Amino acid sequence: MSHDNAVETDGLTKNFGTLVAVDRIDVSARAGTVLGVLGPNGAGKTTVVRMLATLSAPTAGTARVGGFDIVRDGARVRSLIGLTGQFAGVDELLTGEENLLFIGRLLGKPRGEARSRARELLAQFHLDDAADRAVKTYSGGMRRRLDLAASLVGRPPILFLDEPTTGLDPRARGELWDIVRNLVGGGTTVLLTTQYLEEADQLADDIVVIDHGKVIATGTPNQLKAKIGGQTLRIQPDDPTHVETVRALIAESHADLDPLIEGSAVTVGVNDDAIMPVIAATLQSRGIALTDFHLGLSSLDEVFLTLTGHRAETDDEASEAKPDPDSASVAEEETK
Amino acid sequence: MTTATLDAPAEVAGRPGPGATLSQIMSMAWRQMVRIKHNPFELVDLSLSPVMFLLLFVYVFGGQMAGSTSVYLQYVLGGLIAQNAIFLTMYTGTGINADLRKGVYDRFRSLPIARSAPLAGKIFADMFKQVWSIAIMLVLGLLMGFELRSLSGAVFATLVLVMFALAISWFSVLAGVLADSEEKVQIYAFVVIMPLTFTSDAFVRVETLPGPLEAWAEVNPVSHLARTMRGLLSEGPVAEPLLWTSVWAVALLAVTAPLAMRAYKKKMI
Repeated sequence: MSHDNAVETDGLTKNFGTLVAVDRIDVSARAGTVLGVLGPNGAGKTTVVRMLATLSAPTAGTARVGGFDIVRDGARVRSLIGLTGQFAGVDELLTGEENLLFIGRLLGKPRGEARSRARELLAQFHLDDAADRAVKTYSGGMRRRLDLAASLVGRPPILFLDEPTTGLDPRARGELWDIVRNLVGGGTTVLLTTQYLEEADQLADDIVVIDHGKVIATGTPNQLKAKIGGQTLRIQPDDPTHVETVRALIAESHADLDPLIEGSAVTVGVNDDAIMPVIAATLQSRGIALTDFHLGLSSLDEVFLTLTGHRAETDDEASEAKPDPDSASVAEEETK
Repeated sequence: MTTATLDAPAEVAGRPGPGATLSQIMSMAWRQMVRIKHNPFELVDLSLSPVMFLLLFVYVFGGQMAGSTSVYLQYVLGGLIAQNAIFLTMYTGTGINADLRKGVYDRFRSLPIARSAPLAGKIFADMFKQVWSIAIMLVLGLLMGFELRSLSGAVFATLVLVMFALAISWFSVLAGVLADSEEKVQIYAFVVIMPLTFTSDAFVRVETLPGPLEAWAEVNPVSHLARTMRGLLSEGPVAEPLLWTSVWAVALLAVTAPLAMRAYKKKMI
């Protein structure tokens, strides 16, 4: 184990009956960085976090958090971590301030100190105006911020965030991202699970992609993008009905490329931009007019598709998802 | 990565000691109290059923049971207080069930606190509800003409009731942990508590019951608790029923508390 790893797992495995929810996973989070655990619903992300946070015992394998074994030294691990899950970790009936005060008291802080820490966190998370309101009146984004604040009362050096922005609108999501960036700037190590590729891309220093309980790829966001060809060519024909023609033409003329249809456009991962004029000429010779023809860095979405053979949930679908924190956890529950 | 070389920070705390655990239990209880502050209707809800039972039993059954409502009131108040206390323990189970399903316990269990603190705090806070209920019934009873033996008797009765409720709460905890919905906890509780409290001498003299039922009612813990209440609040023996009440409380605690803790820990894995 390296000195620098705040979290490290070795063959971590969890079975629920005959189902292998987490299958010999090796991940590590360097101290002071963000490790993104990326995967679709039911991939086993929540199970990994639950084991690391000592809520659930591994079936096999080991893990260390802050240098302590999660099974043998659970009490010490708990004194180093904060956990914000998909669950409602705050009390609906209590006010925002009371919730934080309660956690502070629970952690053994004297009344005055608990109160000043609560106020500090409420201000930091822009909840001071709502401090005296019952949490049941909070919006989804406010509730998540309070939940995150509750996990920070004891200033844990290691933070587990289980799908912290699932169901949030883009603005609330952006606010939460800023908070995470600030925490990491202050030296906190964050292990974050997400099904949003953009989120992992925005926040994570390292990414582990898991699917069906197995690690299928690891690397920095850029390394993962490089894995399937550094760049993506996006071609949008004038006439949407030409999409299939475009795809077929590229597939026929370039056997090494794997063009995909995405809505009214075709995307194709390319390693060498010299191919662009060749493709342009091919399409022109067939008289296909284009509205868009540009080269960009591959999105993690494409990485995911290449790695798993199926598409991850996109941001559009996600924002339509119910902001009910239970809905996401139910899906994970089904894997148990 | 076979050996751990990361130096353990010296200040990293291990398991909390008894003092810290006690303070955590008190914090948990504080949360329950603040919940009542924000939702005072809970206390109305809590008061309604004892008030109804007392009024209905005394004024509807009183004449038939004892020839006069005032005579029956002296008899039945202790029994009703015992029955109500046992019913109240159901709320411990439903509350724990709700917290478990909502994931509030996940937060608790990720904190560096004693793992028993959330359960113990909830049970402890629910004792406040017990005291509240017995106070409501005593005050109403007095207004209806109950002749209280002494104030110290009432205080001692409350104490006994709380101790007994503490012990049998673990059955409710067990149901709360095992059930997958609050409604199911209520059904479990109903199926056990309803027959248990009615096959006792809480409402009728056991000698009026058919043979086998009388034999059961004689040993039923609710009978002993009801007799203790009656003895402390109005008249009758105290020592013997109190002894049997204590024996039952300890026995029930010894069986249900380990089962509940086991189920609780198992739920977590």
